[in-house]
Amino acid sequence: MKALIQWVDARFPIGNFVREHATEYYAPKNFNFWYFFGSLALLILVLQIVTGILLAMNYKPDAELAFASVEYIMRDVWGGWFVRYMHSTGASMFFVVIYLHMFRALLYGSYRNPRELIWIIGMVIYMAMMVTAFLGYLLPWGQMSYWGAQVIVNLFETLPIIGGPLSEWIRGDYVISDITLNRFYALHYLVPFILAGLVFLHLAALHEKGSNNPDGIEIKKGPKGNRWSRKAPRDSVPFHPYYTVKDLFITVVFMAVFLAIVFFIPEMFGFFIEQPNFEPANPLKTPEHIAPVWYFTPYYAILRAIPSFAGTQVWGVLAMFVSIALFFVLPWLDRSPVRSIRYKGPTTRLALGLFVVTFLVLGWLGIQAPTTSLTIMSQFFTLLYMLFFLLFPCFSSAGQPLPLFAKGMLAISIFSVVATIVYWWFLWSGGPNFMHKISYTVLSILVLFVLGIKPLVKPELPKPLPERLTK
Amino acid sequence: MKYRFFLLIAAFLVPASVPAAGGSDIKLDHYEYSFRNKTSLQNGARLFVNYCLSCHSAHFMRYNRMAEDLGISEQVVRENMIFDDRKIADPMTVTLKREDGEAWFGIAPPDLTLIGKLRDPDWLYTFLRSFYKDDSTVSGWNNSVFPNVAMPHVLWTRQGIQKPIYTTSVDDVGRETTKISGFELVREGTLTREEFDHAMEDLTNFLYYMAEPKREDRIRWGVWTMFFLFFFATLAWFLKREYWRDVD
Repeated sequence: MKALIQWVDARFPIGNFVREHATEYYAPKNFNFWYFFGSLALLILVLQIVTGILLAMNYKPDAELAFASVEYIMRDVWGGWFVRYMHSTGASMFFVVIYLHMFRALLYGSYRNPRELIWIIGMVIYMAMMVTAFLGYLLPWGQMSYWGAQVIVNLFETLPIIGGPLSEWIRGDYVISDITLNRFYALHYLVPFILAGLVFLHLAALHEKGSNNPDGIEIKKGPKGNRWSRKAPRDSVPFHPYYTVKDLFITVVFMAVFLAIVFFIPEMFGFFIEQPNFEPANPLKTPEHIAPVWYFTPYYAILRAIPSFAGTQVWGVLAMFVSIALFFVLPWLDRSPVRSIRYKGPTTRLALGLFVVTFLVLGWLGIQAPTTSLTIMSQFFTLLYMLFFLLFPCFSSAGQPLPLFAKGMLAISIFSVVATIVYWWFLWSGGPNFMHKISYTVLSILVLFVLGIKPLVKPELPKPLPERLTK
Repeated sequence: MKYRFFLLIAAFLVPASVPAAGGSDIKLDHYEYSFRNKTSLQNGARLFVNYCLSCHSAHFMRYNRMAEDLGISEQVVRENMIFDDRKIADPMTVTLKREDGEAWFGIAPPDLTLIGKLRDPDWLYTFLRSFYKDDSTVSGWNNSVFPNVAMPHVLWTRQGIQKPIYTTSVDDVGRETTKISGFELVREGTLTREEFDHAMEDLTNFLYYMAEPKREDRIRWGVWTMFFLFFFATLAWFLKREYWRDVD
């Protein structure tokens, strides 16, 4: 055995690899609850690929057979129901875990210099996940699969000139059809492997710079030497065995939650598997109410919030893409001298808290059938979503002068707030009642003032950073 | 302090702008699903094959799956529940042609395998008991849960004939709305009201079972898995604590 390992090691440095990424990868010793979601996301990716391959063995990508083949898996394939529920629950839980993982980065500034690229690769992974989830959602060929895909592909139709041909090119047909199902299946099988490659890059980039931590200070700049190594930072522990055993415990706890859903509430009250999807796709019968799956609904709410203007609805689609694109530039918007929320001021905490509320409320709004009062509410929260990013340089400036781009963003924020208020009061005929208009107007101005103007007038200084990691 | 004030406004505003939960205003009767009650499921299966299966199919449901899950012997299924030369492992298809269904009812009767998932069980239970005589429709029947449904009341000899009781209510802006608030029996059926309700409970039970025959397996496996993971988590916790003793 030892000889075999030596033989391999001489030809491929497997020992080095294990040392570099596990036994001698030194991670900060104070990781808390929020640091579990990276390894859990990796676990779900593996589970999704394994269950996906098993499903593919019995699934038939054919408009005539797809629905029946899923029922065949649920009833006649041995253990098929378990594999299918694992896969459908895994899709939703992947997003739960990734949203928490992203929130961790927002909390502790993990996206900051020198880790911008880790964040950007992460965002590409998030987009690849959205593509995979969207493609996979069509495959059961139920009513919601069909009409959900119809709505999303039609978004591209709003683009000027290229819109029509582009959506036709995506579908391969004039409507969602057997041809679309076939290509979605092919791509749904492909993209996860690209995703796995991106995860590899994400980890390679992470291990190059080392993990951030809840204090947001660089352990590599602190004192050196601990009981495992003389060169490693004092406040670090080797990933293996310390974080492997910790992750093992948390993996078991997470699997208990995950499997409780699989075994007891696999449809999650219609959030993971929607009720209309128990009826085969019918191109002639539109369901009463079409909504995308929950993890897309914040963006769907933003899409619907923007009114059509100059005879086109493309603005909503643009706003939706902008709302995702803004995440990419976050590393350059955060101007605070410290990374972690622990040492930033109360304004940053308020902003982040508001952003979380905004994301959840938008998610809820995306599921509802639109009414006037819900539309003004989604417009307000869409504005809040954008302001969080646009005003980030202001509330994180800590008294430093604003660079030109940040001044531009502040100007855009002021313009957006004014334009939205003008729209509510003067341009929206048959709009919401007075109470709604006045409260959202006051709140919008208040947010602009608290997150944008006040931090510039009365700068908020961060708390002093500790020398060493705290608990 | 200012921030708290701000959050306070937000907290008041958000619920204020949420309208009353939408959805239909029909009151549904509740029923308790019991997959362990084999007698009920067997009776439901009997009603299903005798009354529903002549027009509605259950494409994804095999006779032997039902026999095994419900504890009916294959002999009994062959003799009493299959009325043609189908085999015991065949699915519950229907001889009624799609075109005939469309010609007779205006719409082909839908497949019922997954109806217990597509509709809530409470809906099904209420629907099955809410047919009433209505001469304005093609079939001569109507349903308060599913207005203008194409299906006639197949079980009327059992339930008897119902007539709706209307009540009119006036809302705060003075609009009058008339709703069906209940039924009165104008002709007795072969079953009493209570017997019929029980029969429909059994049928709903069966429809709900048929939508996911593996439900019972799934829950049984779930309980064992939870016990195992709880045990495993305890061990993993002690392992973690033992290792982390070194870290200060």
